[in-house]
Amino acid sequence: MRVMKTLLTTAIGLGLLASAPSFAADLDIKVEVPRIDVAEYHRPYVAVWIENPDQSINSHLAVWYQTDPKKEDGTQWLKDLRQWWRRGGRELSMPVDGVTGATRPVGVHRVLVKGTAAPLAKLAPGKYALVVEAVREVGGREVVKIPFEWPAAQKQQASAAGKAELGTVTLEIIP
Amino acid sequence: MRTLKLATLTLAAVLPLTSHAHKAWLLPSATVSTVDQWITVDAAVSNDLFYFNHVPLRTDALSITAPDGSQVTPENVGTGKYRSTFDVHLQKNGTYRIAVTNGGLMANYEENGQMKRWRGTAAAFAKEVPANAAKLRVSENAGRVETFVTAGKPTADALKLTNVGLELAPVTHPNDLYAGEEATFALMLDGKPAVNLPVTIIAGGTRYRDAQGEIEVKTDAQGRFSVTWPDPGMYWLEATLEDNKTSVPQAKQRRVSYVATFEVLPQ
Repeated sequence: MRVMKTLLTTAIGLGLLASAPSFAADLDIKVEVPRIDVAEYHRPYVAVWIENPDQSINSHLAVWYQTDPKKEDGTQWLKDLRQWWRRGGRELSMPVDGVTGATRPVGVHRVLVKGTAAPLAKLAPGKYALVVEAVREVGGREVVKIPFEWPAAQKQQASAAGKAELGTVTLEIIP
Repeated sequence: MRTLKLATLTLAAVLPLTSHAHKAWLLPSATVSTVDQWITVDAAVSNDLFYFNHVPLRTDALSITAPDGSQVTPENVGTGKYRSTFDVHLQKNGTYRIAVTNGGLMANYEENGQMKRWRGTAAAFAKEVPANAAKLRVSENAGRVETFVTAGKPTADALKLTNVGLELAPVTHPNDLYAGEEATFALMLDGKPAVNLPVTIIAGGTRYRDAQGEIEVKTDAQGRFSVTWPDPGMYWLEATLEDNKTSVPQAKQRRVSYVATFEVLPQ
């Protein structure tokens, strides 16, 4: 697990001034699925969520898993995203509209969360973390976290990089 | 060595309370699963955790409680030289309780100059053991060996107490255990807190280390105890006691034991 301590410091100061969450900032998230040179490669399962300070899940943003109906039921391996599973994945009934989707190939994938819609429209001011967890069949597992404060009055950017199963994860908060 | 062990087993049946000669356990292939999946369980009695290298644990009194409280029939049940195995189809969401219970009376007595051994329930005792049996010695057991498996979200209905012998009353759910975190459970004796009871916890993989590495804790006035799991892995927990709450007056003492296997997950 790698926690990037890039605190969005200006957001702290401005957050105090901002009494109501009227900013409606978007979260523009980029998740890199790295190229891994192995004989047997399977696309990773990936979960992206907003974490509360007590590590509970505030909102599920994305879950990519094996959804092909012609293959074996892919939900049976969701538990291997074990942090996500523990914190709330196990309480969901798959699929989840607007959250779940098929596994992604190697490359950078964008998750754009609009500030005007749920869950951001209802996100209370406070400290959160963006968490990305990836697990790969016959491979490893990794969690990357980017702390952020909500709301943000100015455009913010932070990134963190995984060592094995995730490439660079970038979080942009765009008011 | 073999004759020595057999002798120990025979003595164990006779002596009121022996040292912890062997460990009984159930080892599930997974404790965190999803609905409609299968698990398989090994059941054995051994010194080493969790290696089946001594005798199988009999599955005659196997009871699998589904998340809704109903009973599940195990499949592919078999007993080999060293272990019993069975499969469980997790057809419902929630927590399953898988238990092998060992309850009842054991009697030794003399009939026509020959020693007789008898095992059975309290109800059968009066019918089957002669009231005037010579050299009658009766002991009572209430043992439970169990483990827990969850499909999806952990639930508590299958964990309801039967109020017989020692049982676990979870404060922390037994399928929600993580390395570095503290878990709290209560041990209940016949449905009431088992106070000041020593509890032994041992991590699996004993074959590959020098020491048993017991974690010793004691229950408090509410029967509760806490443990902070040092590492992820499978853990064995045991508590035993002896009392005089027997179901027939001929039995002077009751031996009560509780064993559970827990899986502790990495962070």
